[in-house]
Amino acid sequence: MSGGHSPTLDVAPTAAAPDRPTTPTRMRLNPKYLPLAATIALFLAMATAGSVLYTGFFSAQVFLNLLIDNAFLIIVAVGMTFVILSGGIDLSVGSVVALTTMVLASLVEHHHWSPLTAIPLVLLMGTVFGAFMGFLIERFRLQPFIVTLAGMFLARGLCYLISIDSISMADEAYSAMAQWRLELWEGASLSLGALIAMAVLLAAIFVAHCTPFGRNVYAVGGNEHSAVLMGLPVRATVIGVYTLSGLCSALAGVVFTFYMLSGYGLHATGMELDAIAAVVIGGTLLTGGVGYVAGTLFGVLMLGIIQTLISFDGTLSSWWTRIVVGVLLFVFCLLQRLLTHRSGKPS
Amino acid sequence: MPDAPSPSSSLLAAALRHRLTWPLVTLALLLAVNTAFNASFLHVEWRDGHFYGSLVDILNRAAPLALVSLGMTMVIATRGIDISVGAVVAIAAAVGAWMIGGSVSGGESRFPLPLAILGAIGVAALCGLWNGLLVAKVGMQPIIATLILMVAGRGIAQLITDGQIITIYYAPFFFLGGGYLLGLPFSLFVLAAVFAGLYLAVTRTALGLFIQAVGINPTAARVAGVQSRRLVVAAYTFCGVCAGIAGLLISSNVKSADANNAGQMLELDAILAVTLGGTALTGGRFSLVGSVIGALIIQTLTYAIYSLGVPPEINLVVKAVVVFIVMLLQSPDFRAQIGALVRRPTAGGALS
Amino acid sequence: MDVSTGHPLAPVLELTGIHKHFSGIPVLRDVQLNLYPGEIHALMGQNGAGKSTLIKVLTGVLEASGGQMRLAGQAVWPDSPLAAQRLGISTVYQEVNLCPNLSVAENIFAGRYPRCGIAQGFRIDWATLHQRARDLVARIGLSIDVTRLLSDYPVAVQQLVAIARALSIEAKVLILDEPTSSLDDDEVQKLFEVLRRLRGEGLAIVFVTHFLNQVYAVSDRITVLRNGAWVGEWAVGDLGPQALIAAMLGRELAAQCTEPPVIPVFDDAAPALLEAQGLGQSGQLQPIDLKVRAGEVVGLAGLLGSGRTELARLLFGLQAPDKGVLRIDGRTVTFSNPMDAIRAGLALCPEERKTDGIVAELSVRENIALALQARMGMGRFLSRAEQTAIAERYVKLLGIKTSSVDTPIALLSGGNQQKAILARWMAIEPRLLILDEPTRGIDVAAKQEIMEQILCLAEAGMAVVFISSEMSEVVRVAHRIVVLRDRRKVGELPAGSSEEAVYELIAAENA
Repeated sequence: MSGGHSPTLDVAPTAAAPDRPTTPTRMRLNPKYLPLAATIALFLAMATAGSVLYTGFFSAQVFLNLLIDNAFLIIVAVGMTFVILSGGIDLSVGSVVALTTMVLASLVEHHHWSPLTAIPLVLLMGTVFGAFMGFLIERFRLQPFIVTLAGMFLARGLCYLISIDSISMADEAYSAMAQWRLELWEGASLSLGALIAMAVLLAAIFVAHCTPFGRNVYAVGGNEHSAVLMGLPVRATVIGVYTLSGLCSALAGVVFTFYMLSGYGLHATGMELDAIAAVVIGGTLLTGGVGYVAGTLFGVLMLGIIQTLISFDGTLSSWWTRIVVGVLLFVFCLLQRLLTHRSGKPS
Repeated sequence: MPDAPSPSSSLLAAALRHRLTWPLVTLALLLAVNTAFNASFLHVEWRDGHFYGSLVDILNRAAPLALVSLGMTMVIATRGIDISVGAVVAIAAAVGAWMIGGSVSGGESRFPLPLAILGAIGVAALCGLWNGLLVAKVGMQPIIATLILMVAGRGIAQLITDGQIITIYYAPFFFLGGGYLLGLPFSLFVLAAVFAGLYLAVTRTALGLFIQAVGINPTAARVAGVQSRRLVVAAYTFCGVCAGIAGLLISSNVKSADANNAGQMLELDAILAVTLGGTALTGGRFSLVGSVIGALIIQTLTYAIYSLGVPPEINLVVKAVVVFIVMLLQSPDFRAQIGALVRRPTAGGALS
Repeated sequence: MDVSTGHPLAPVLELTGIHKHFSGIPVLRDVQLNLYPGEIHALMGQNGAGKSTLIKVLTGVLEASGGQMRLAGQAVWPDSPLAAQRLGISTVYQEVNLCPNLSVAENIFAGRYPRCGIAQGFRIDWATLHQRARDLVARIGLSIDVTRLLSDYPVAVQQLVAIARALSIEAKVLILDEPTSSLDDDEVQKLFEVLRRLRGEGLAIVFVTHFLNQVYAVSDRITVLRNGAWVGEWAVGDLGPQALIAAMLGRELAAQCTEPPVIPVFDDAAPALLEAQGLGQSGQLQPIDLKVRAGEVVGLAGLLGSGRTELARLLFGLQAPDKGVLRIDGRTVTFSNPMDAIRAGLALCPEERKTDGIVAELSVRENIALALQARMGMGRFLSRAEQTAIAERYVKLLGIKTSSVDTPIALLSGGNQQKAILARWMAIEPRLLILDEPTRGIDVAAKQEIMEQILCLAEAGMAVVFISSEMSEVVRVAHRIVVLRDRRKVGELPAGSSEEAVYELIAAENA
């Protein structure tokens, strides 16, 4: 029997289940930050390697170009992060981006709408699209993979309904927006798209950590059943993440038009997988509940820096590029797996 | 107080609950729609020494998708997924074409045909093995593990074909995807053989039980002594093999190996076919027959779109709508909702 | 204020005439419950009696088919967990339904975060949240870092955090559904202290449990359900243990349950079937010696976390030892996976039947046949008829309540699932069966049946290693008791030792 009463229960955190090794207290870094730390470390390693191997790599503009060239991916991946944190997945993002570019191009070029009215409209369209998918998933308990897959077909199909060929955007106001640069200092500038991406990222970090919605997303991803029993608004949260993803995809589409100045049904093919890869590389678990929005930024930067390294090298043909990206992805995921395994986290 | 159900209505209820009912109904509906718009749709005649007709065409084209769907079913049953099958199709086609020689060797084959076939399937099996090891031994999540091969795979295929589209001139090779045996397309026999082998393995041995156990509760299965790791690796390897065979059929049909476009979007169609056939993405219970029916549904749908004279742009939209409808019909929650809506006007009062 | 007579105060919660049926099958019939402020009210009954269903109705998870519910005199019908919470009814479940990936403070305040900025509707005020969490946690006597993840703490602490959450919503009624199943005696005492303190503050507590001694230790009144019907309501002093068991079972199993069986003396000279010498794994288990002979029941006793499950996993090949040797029949063996152990004649019935035991969507028949099939390999397939025959044999032998062997196992009650898993391992006719907490979370009658089964198996020549947190069970049935503490063995006791002797052996290390 226990010896004597003690009025308080002093408990130091121990491993929850007996068969896992006790986390050694000498580790200063909270284990939950490990995958993110790994991503950042690898990114810095690659940046260093590039700077050493290739002349001209180590310049501010090269790094800022990572943001400019991947602004749309950052926005899409941020939306995807919320979906994955809640335990779901959204395969429609690339198609919604394409649809957005198509609708925008059609409205501005063929119907002569002002960008100031067209852009809010396509944002609304993306939001409604996402909300619709979220509704189906939540109301009828359908699997997100299939619903968003159907959404992907639908969005791309709608693109082709508008036009099979691409629509170039020659509108002057639009081109002006696309080419505008914010001069940071001599030889370093950011595009409007990159600024939007940074704003979205910061807003997302705020939502994820300082709003009830953000915390509910983590709760639902951690254990949906518990979240229901705790009385959390699970329904609204699930519909909310897909709505948010739809909005982000539409916004990314707008930024994409700044980048490509055209609307085309074949834009952004495969972007959903890039987004998922970025989210995972950034340390978010596909099972939900664990991860950081900030990590996604580094995931995107990782993908971007790989492309930059390859283009600096200049000797690789397009298929070698694919192979190298695959190898790097493999190395990274392996490292991530080994690191999280060692710290005793549940797989 | 509801009346006691009559015998015919309880049979109907049982039929409605059966897993294969909705896929079969969907397929029947699609066939009916096709026939409505094209009177000669169901017409099959004997011409040039083989059966000829729309149905034959559909079966021939559906065979590669059905093969990949069978492999995908096993992977999904173990709670996994394989999005690299399209890339594996491209790799297998490339290996096969390279070994046959394409324009380099003209009407001759660089290696004997059987060897080329084995080579292509062997490489595809290695791809599947790679995926399986990543998932089972390294413990990566299936979507990420197979994403790696999906990204790198087409690059590998292009490496083999040196970035070109290899056109194949070796006539015996065309038999695989375009030849006829006993009047029916040879690809059907290939599919039938693989299906028969798999079906026997799943029902006559403990394979079916073990795979389901691994998919439903991998920990419990392991404690019970099931060799879950080996099974998972085997499932992915088998999926690779199926993709390899499909790659040979496809490249044989188009008489070329296109590393960029072969098998494009095939993984999505395969996953769709498996889901339409009644297997859940969460793993566990699976249906081989359902997956084949699912593949037929997708192929019939594509055919329906063409025969309806619908412009190809609408293809994707129609596909999406059909998927939505089938998904909703398969969802018990949706059926309950509709049931409640239908019952309410006739009940005319509080239900409980 | 006199709780034992139950009359002076108005009830805070009254349930009358509660009916519930699922597709025409009645699960609750005319059930009533009267709860007064400042009392701990035990809700008891066998598995399948309807306790869980009643709780789910109370907390808005399920909708009752009929009846009335009054909270502080007002008629209410919570239609969702959130509605129940708003009414002041809070529940702590056996599985501690919180989110392990969130911090302790967040779990307490999830859904009700204090806000700050732009007229208090803007962002979450983390500083206030953490402070309030600290205060709440201190109120129940816990001293932990509220910013750490919930998963960093053991189940006992997680449960107390769940109680803290209940308090944070100013609950009038606190429902605890089998809170002590995963706790050791020390933690149970701490929990009871907290409950008594809360009772003193006027909270009404409903306490669902299987443990008879806990009912008598802490509750004031008892309500008994049987087969979905209300049997009666008593003050704890008016109902002795035998009468309670009789009320729950409806028959005179009471006499059987309280008489200790006679254990025959075991022949010490018999050769060892299994011998572990210095078996251990760094960080998990210190080197342990263990000997088990055919026909012997070896009880592994110890507190939660003492290493019993780790030892079982090492013996069965679920975990690889890095120290020591394992010998079966004198030959050294190494098990790299469970199949090796099964082939050597071992079997392990795991502790967590939900995660490590049942394969939910498969039928009872397939679950029972699984290990046997695994040992036979893939080629030699048991036909459906053979599986059915095996399953039916064990359904009869163990008294598994199921409408047919083809029912999905998930539909069975916890006790019957446990019996089915036991059947799975008995079906391979092992020479040594390791049972890890086989009686956890199941009702009195089922426990009795399983204990009898263990003795039968031992008499037939099977060696049994029996792990249980219920010391009374261990001392009743074991030929030898091996005592563990803090991941190492502290001693052995012979058959017939008392519970006190075991506790003394564990406690001796404390001094």
